[in-house]
Amino acid sequence: MTAWILIGIFIVSTIVGYFLITHVPSRLHTPLMSGMNALSGVTILGALLATATALSSRDPIVGYILGSIAIILAMINVAGGFTVTNRMLKMFDKKKENQDEQ
Amino acid sequence: MNSSLIIVFSTASLLSDAVYYILCALLAVAVLLGIHLMSRVETAKRGNQLSAMAIAVGIIVTLIKKDILPVWLIYPGMLVGLTIGLILAKRVKMIQMPQLVALLNGIGGAASAIVASFALVSLYNGDEIFGKAASSLAIAVGTITLFGSLIAAGKLHKLLDQKPVVLPFHQPAALILLFILAIAVLLGGFSHILPISYVLIAMIVAAAAFGIVFSVRVGGADMPITISLLNSMSGVAAAITGFAVNDVLLVAVGGIVGASGLFLTRIMCRAMNRNLVDILLGKTSLRRGLTIEKTEEEKTDPVEPGTSNTDPLEMVRKAKNVIIVPGYGMALAHAQHLVNNFAQWLKTNGAMVKYAIHPVAGRMPGHMDVLLIEAGVPFDDVFEMEDINDEFKLADLTVVVGANDVLNPAARNATGTPIYGMPILNVDQCKYILIFNYDLKPGYSGVENPIYNRKEGVWIIQGDAAVTIAETLRNL
Repeated sequence: MTAWILIGIFIVSTIVGYFLITHVPSRLHTPLMSGMNALSGVTILGALLATATALSSRDPIVGYILGSIAIILAMINVAGGFTVTNRMLKMFDKKKENQDEQ
Repeated sequence: MNSSLIIVFSTASLLSDAVYYILCALLAVAVLLGIHLMSRVETAKRGNQLSAMAIAVGIIVTLIKKDILPVWLIYPGMLVGLTIGLILAKRVKMIQMPQLVALLNGIGGAASAIVASFALVSLYNGDEIFGKAASSLAIAVGTITLFGSLIAAGKLHKLLDQKPVVLPFHQPAALILLFILAIAVLLGGFSHILPISYVLIAMIVAAAAFGIVFSVRVGGADMPITISLLNSMSGVAAAITGFAVNDVLLVAVGGIVGASGLFLTRIMCRAMNRNLVDILLGKTSLRRGLTIEKTEEEKTDPVEPGTSNTDPLEMVRKAKNVIIVPGYGMALAHAQHLVNNFAQWLKTNGAMVKYAIHPVAGRMPGHMDVLLIEAGVPFDDVFEMEDINDEFKLADLTVVVGANDVLNPAARNATGTPIYGMPILNVDQCKYILIFNYDLKPGYSGVENPIYNRKEGVWIIQGDAAVTIAETLRNL
């Protein structure tokens, strides 16, 4: 994949993302942000790749340790971010149901 | 890259390039759709789940396509990260959300910086300038994000002093660090003069120092802006890392996160009447020599409170149309449940109750909403500033709990003060105002609030909101 295509993808996703995010109401900005935390954990894709590559290199130990740290950190982001976002949004949900019952 | 892997059988052949890219595109669209669903409270949960699923599928697709599914040594790390992440997410209290988000920003930046370091050291050996430059830049941005976020999270969690720290020659020092960092990034990207390990170390040290210098001078009220900005940077770091390791999904999702953080940063800047460039250069709303509010606990005050002759309780009993203005002081006093009880009392007394939220109430965007919802406040009662600002003049009573700067009318006309031009809640247009604040000192901005000196219709009850509101409720 050439650099230009990647740059194009970056620009398009940034613009579309920005446009969609302007429609998120401010009461949901905290969950939005923690959701974005989770998404920035997408760097785990790179961490997995780098670790696997390091394992097959001549000096695998250092690479493996560093790579595993990257995997752990990125996974904390993904798991922690999505779970805490879900927890908050469930709170909003529950309140809505209660109101409906009243 | 794949050719160097020693693997018995290849899973990569299962996914042709075309199928792989189509899958990546679909996953990016799923993430965007997830964000779109976040624009309504009713669908937001589903949106989050959709995004989570997209990332999970993205991981599996990558494992298959890059031929690393059978490399079992990668799985312990995933399991450890998963466990830590789940524990963090379950244990965190809602009032601690800002520091959790700050911490996760930093962790994301760190992961990206490590991956990019790999790419710089082992992936490129020769003239692949694009890859090397991208790796270097990702290391820089990721490391700044990590150290800046650690400081921010430490301040929010009260492990560090929350007051802004201004070092001697703060701004020149920041600029010099930035300059050194830029040189290191250029060397890493475009030249072979120095051994790459030296350049890498220089880059990391300069970026770490800059991140710290940038973050230490941020105080409480500037936190929402800083967290939003770091949020954006963690996404940008991921996207640039995507350029470095040639991963489409990483580029696309990183870009989305970067855009989101930038958007929130803009909203926060507008809500505080701050310029993003000023923030980047480290001009916080603290000006040296200005008296700044001490920590919320240690204070006594000599100022005469502005009180009216009538009994505030009488007014509370009579009021039929009440607006409650909660601020961060309410959260600090853990008074949100009591505030909700107070609102319930008003409602059973036949009053209509609305909450008015300033965009920067709390320590991160939307924080106050989450705290109120957690306390059981129905979110149909919660209104954003622009939706409720015209109603203050019609309300019988406004109840302020732990808020000051966001309703300070000085913002309209006191030129030269840090809050001048900041949009505020029009509390002063209300006939009767009942204030539960810790004391009468100026808020974070250091600007005195003229409402406190109003002769008519203002009652101020000083002290810990959790105590004073409970007492008021008893007396009612």
